Amino acid sequence: MDLSSFRNPRLYRLIDPLLPLFATLAALLVGAVMLLLMNANPITAYRALYEGAFGSKNAVADTLIKATPLLLVGIGICISFRGGVINVGGEGQMIVGGLAATALALELPETTSPALALLLCLAASFAAGAIWGGIAGALKAYFKVNEILSTIMLNQIAIYWMIYLLNNTLIDPLKAQQASRIPETARLPRQFDLPRIGEWLDTLYKWLGLVGPDDKLWATTLLHLGIVLAVILAIAVYIFLWRTTIGYRIRAVGKNPRASRYAGIRVKRYVVLSLLLSGGLAGLAGGIQVMGVRHRMSAEGGGIAFTGNAGFNGIVAALFGQLHPIGTIPASVLFGALLVGGNKLQRDVQVPSALITVLIGLVIIFVVSSELWRRRRARRRVIVTEAGPPDRPPESQAMEAGR
Amino acid sequence: MIGDLLNATVLIGIASSGIQLATPYLYASIGEMFGQRSGVLNLGVEGMMLMGAFTAFYTVHNTGSLVLGVLAALMIGALMGLAMAVISVTLQAEQGISGIGIYLFGLGMSDLLFQKSFSQIVTVRGFPTIRIPLLSEIPVIGEVFFEHNLLVYVAFALVPLAWFVLNKTTLGLKIRAVGQNPQAADTMGISVARVRYFTVTLGGMLASMAGASLSIALLNVFQQNMTAGQGFIAVALVYFGSWRPGGVLIGALLFSTVNALQLWVRTKGIDIPAEYASMAPYLLTILALVFASKRVDQPAALSKPFERGD
Repeated sequence: MDLSSFRNPRLYRLIDPLLPLFATLAALLVGAVMLLLMNANPITAYRALYEGAFGSKNAVADTLIKATPLLLVGIGICISFRGGVINVGGEGQMIVGGLAATALALELPETTSPALALLLCLAASFAAGAIWGGIAGALKAYFKVNEILSTIMLNQIAIYWMIYLLNNTLIDPLKAQQASRIPETARLPRQFDLPRIGEWLDTLYKWLGLVGPDDKLWATTLLHLGIVLAVILAIAVYIFLWRTTIGYRIRAVGKNPRASRYAGIRVKRYVVLSLLLSGGLAGLAGGIQVMGVRHRMSAEGGGIAFTGNAGFNGIVAALFGQLHPIGTIPASVLFGALLVGGNKLQRDVQVPSALITVLIGLVIIFVVSSELWRRRRARRRVIVTEAGPPDRPPESQAMEAGR
Repeated sequence: MIGDLLNATVLIGIASSGIQLATPYLYASIGEMFGQRSGVLNLGVEGMMLMGAFTAFYTVHNTGSLVLGVLAALMIGALMGLAMAVISVTLQAEQGISGIGIYLFGLGMSDLLFQKSFSQIVTVRGFPTIRIPLLSEIPVIGEVFFEHNLLVYVAFALVPLAWFVLNKTTLGLKIRAVGQNPQAADTMGISVARVRYFTVTLGGMLASMAGASLSIALLNVFQQNMTAGQGFIAVALVYFGSWRPGGVLIGALLFSTVNALQLWVRTKGIDIPAEYASMAPYLLTILALVFASKRVDQPAALSKPFERGD
């Protein structure tokens, strides 16, 4: 338990979670200056951004759909970063996850029951992502290969693999005969569609008496089961990291690998495990993109067109959520909103949606830069606790204070 | 068809284009190497390359002056390097993550500026090929090594220069000291922060030049995300070359030659799928990293922020 925080001035506890918010505000401020330089009115532009993201039920649904992969990648990032492993391979892990789900869906007999079909494909995408992440984990643990570099290389390998498979093995037989040869699969059979949850939501709304019996509120949107799955998994990851022994060990290894080794934890194994799980969740994000949104896999536009850069943006969401799975939920919605709103920004104010990428980059920079203050305070905390009860060795206090 | 490869003209073509393709890697990796030798891992190279590529392209397109293009690229690179230095040295941020931030910033910003200033893809008149008199007359060697544009020659000249600076000057000694043992360097009166500011800013300028070498010398166009991961490879090449200019050179050449070979395979439509050929450099890098890790010459303080102890 982090006793030391009780001695903190209350103000700090208030400000801490607000740091990412300040970072975003700062990024939006820089964005406003950029908009002014581009002769666009920042207020109009940001209003368009907001309306694009939350202005209608379709917009909200879109935002949640975009938030889903960010959340899944993000909670994976929570695991790996807490385990002291920097996984920047979300892009590649999503792609192999998507490929696995697609390939399996094309192979399974049409008569497979929908529930089984969904379950198998989701499991396949998780497994594929886990393998892709696990490779980097094993390379780090047993060959000391820097995981940042290996995951980046694995991203590129996954992209080319995807292009190859979609041009050859997996290509829709009909399209293969056409001159244009669009590198994409056929539409997957319907039983591989993640169920839409609009009607369920409407039933809930009616039950709560929020809408009339014949109103359709969410039923017309494309909102699918993915977001529900992602939120459940976020809670599961929270329980895993903070309420199970394995989760505790992952965090211990991330905090202090040497101390963990002395405590008898097999550090290497946990390094692999954290990348495995992190990759698996990203792979699942890829599978859900296929089964919930696109219903086919396409290599058109390369890797980014499939992932929407979620492999990187998920890192931002996780950092923004303080590397806490529950905090990552609202963070993902926020960044999903930025991405969806960016499209409206482009349509209405003629500002390229690349602005959003710039803003996200700035948010990361501001968030990690503000860590310095947090660390400085953590150290002050150590100094305070060292004057505390003398019966505890100072090391354990320092470890706790670093939390 | 593989037999075609043994044809002299094909071999010369591949070797020559390998030399050209090595250019951006050399600029970026040498710059990154200086940063890493002083203990800073700059993962934002890709973003800096994109900004440099755009700035150089834009300047050359509007002024027609290649000198101005290079100067503009150097300036924007210095600015981005300085920003990275502030983040990683003064604010002591996690370097891997802040690098991703810089990357996304550069990716978005160069795209944004490009879309705002050009309505379609245009080309510029880039650096012309300079045939070095006499040397280019030598058969084979002349064609491979001495018929390139100015930026290619400069890139290769950087390698011995970097070696000299690192190993034979006081500055180089300071850089290595700061990267190996910042505490000791600090005690000796070397300003760790100042040295790192210098190397990271230099790294930014060279990364930016790497981008410029694509947009105003090699390809003479700008497209969004035109570097397509080369900046990240440049970072890996520093590990590959075990933090030495000569090693980086070998890595860059190996990588670019495989790339040139891959491009050739692609045009021939040979039965090796082009995508597998494209994967080769990345697989090679991973393998290289496995072997590089066996060595112990990684700067001890790499990616660890330095703060004076009390």
